[in-house]
Amino acid sequence: MLHEHHPLIGREIAVRKVTPLNIRAVADGARFVLRIDPAQAAQAAKAFGSPLPGKIGDVTVSKGRLAVRLGPDEWHLVVPLTEQEAIETAFAKLYATVPHSLVDVSHREIGIAVEGVAAMLALRSAIAFDIGGMPVGTGCRTIFDKAQIILVREAEDRFRIEVWRSFADHVWGILDAASREIALGI
Amino acid sequence: MLLIRCPYCEAERPELEFTYAGEAHIARPADPSKLNDDEWKTHLFIRSNPRGTHFERWRHQHGCGRFFNAVRDTVSDKFAMTYKAGLPRPTETELEKARS
Repeated sequence: MLHEHHPLIGREIAVRKVTPLNIRAVADGARFVLRIDPAQAAQAAKAFGSPLPGKIGDVTVSKGRLAVRLGPDEWHLVVPLTEQEAIETAFAKLYATVPHSLVDVSHREIGIAVEGVAAMLALRSAIAFDIGGMPVGTGCRTIFDKAQIILVREAEDRFRIEVWRSFADHVWGILDAASREIALGI
Repeated sequence: MLLIRCPYCEAERPELEFTYAGEAHIARPADPSKLNDDEWKTHLFIRSNPRGTHFERWRHQHGCGRFFNAVRDTVSDKFAMTYKAGLPRPTETELEKARS
């Protein structure tokens, strides 16, 4: 019998010190990988019902729908579970006129929210580029220790990590270790 | 760690996200069946391996996923510039400008 395994559910890392830090799994959503000719992206945005970011690395959030442009022809979409079917239907209709690929990867990934003044410090422990230089409202695919993640900067001190569930425990372990160091002030 | 500028993402990213993909600007022969074994061998295996400026392909595997070209000094490991795949080899004056 198949069981849905969600390794991070109900887990939380919280540091309540001068440098507060809160790390938790975010509410599950439906996730899609959209590949489409960038010249036709406006059509896809119509089917998606929200704007798609026009520049690589940009993020749009509207009505609880998150869209990150990862590459010249690739978008990562996170939407509330209740809207999954509507979006699939809309894109299926679009398929007749505009060739594209919309792949449901909801069960492949887990979202982790890293929030607080020390969020950047915790992430820096395993991400090699300058996160401080990353403007708010941008996102990119990158490497967290050895695991590939999608990192979105939602606010000055709030980040969202999208990671494959098989890597989630590893990422969580590193965040846990980093947060212990932050809690102890070392 | 090397920082490499991805011409598609227009951002400096750590080397970890990239994979090396060999020498750039090697055009595949239009009709391989017309080549003799020697010419085919040359196309497949013979590379310039210079000491100094090297034109090479990289892939931003854990980023946008794109292949692009880069100019790197094989002695100092410094990248002079990176440019999108399909663009012609930059001229010496362009390289000088990028280095300065």
